[in-house]
Amino acid sequence: MTPAQRKQLIFLSPLILFLAMVVILSSGLGKDPTELDSKMIGKPVPEFALESLQDASLKLTEADIQGPAMLNVFASWCPSCYVEHPYFMDFQSRDIIPIYGLNYRDERDDGLKFVNKLGNPYQAIIFDYNGRLGIELGVYGAPETFLIDENNRIIYRHVGVVNEKVWTEIFQPLLMADSTANGAGQ
Amino acid sequence: MSRLKLLLLVICLSAPLSAEIIFYQFDDPAIEQRFNQLITDLRCPKCQNNNLADSNAPLSVDLKQIIYDKLHAQATDEEIITFLKERYGDFIYYKPPVNASTWFIWFGPFLVLIFALVLMTRFFNRKQPDPVGSSSERDYLATVDQWQKESQEND
Repeated sequence: MTPAQRKQLIFLSPLILFLAMVVILSSGLGKDPTELDSKMIGKPVPEFALESLQDASLKLTEADIQGPAMLNVFASWCPSCYVEHPYFMDFQSRDIIPIYGLNYRDERDDGLKFVNKLGNPYQAIIFDYNGRLGIELGVYGAPETFLIDENNRIIYRHVGVVNEKVWTEIFQPLLMADSTANGAGQ
Repeated sequence: MSRLKLLLLVICLSAPLSAEIIFYQFDDPAIEQRFNQLITDLRCPKCQNNNLADSNAPLSVDLKQIIYDKLHAQATDEEIITFLKERYGDFIYYKPPVNASTWFIWFGPFLVLIFALVLMTRFFNRKQPDPVGSSSERDYLATVDQWQKESQEND
């Protein structure tokens, strides 16, 4: 490198640094900072033993969840849960994969009112009164929906309302890619 | 109504408005101190710019209860922090770890500082040019002097 070239490089270095920062920082633009990466991806559904919402004498465990399925964290106090509920009713009627419900930090009466009044799209509803299963799953708000594959592993966590767009653009491709990968592995 | 009566009325009416505060009872001041340190250093995942100590969100209350219970079950601080990191990610702890995705944030400013210091020392140690200037500069200054003299003579 000639001294002139070196001088040029030193002269240009602030610009190069600036451009590098622009590239790095712009990758974070448009990202929702409240959307956290789940630590549960690739892990099995955590062990639990909780009552069913509808029947306190019925104990549900992780063995009662059979993927591929969705596990939807909902509560009667959560406004967005009312928004996504009609979609789950419609989805359930199409008989694609089952939806399991996790009634999160709710009063039993309120949770029951929610499904009795609006309809019950869930295969089974886990009653997580003190929110401890929610914490095992890393839930920080409702609604959250976990996508579970055929081996009962969590492959995705969606924060917010699930709708047709989420299903066709995120969930369905993930399930398809996952079952191909599992098929190839066997 | 007298002022005193009014004051009493206001005090009576304000009682039900006082915020709900949850107290944590400690028998061991050492555990209490660790509890306070932990809830200061751990973030509320729901209300992201609050730590657990400052947050009364239901999730924070749950997490504080878990920390309280674990401390009394003889868990170490590391065990509690690991437990929460495994569920909510490194994000939950206000002291981020040094790893591949964070080393630049930790050490980048020092690299920039070192780079700037190197440039600065090189700039100041550069061989100073002859204070009187190069020969061409001297010629130029002489010419300017000449012009000035000539113009003064012409005035």
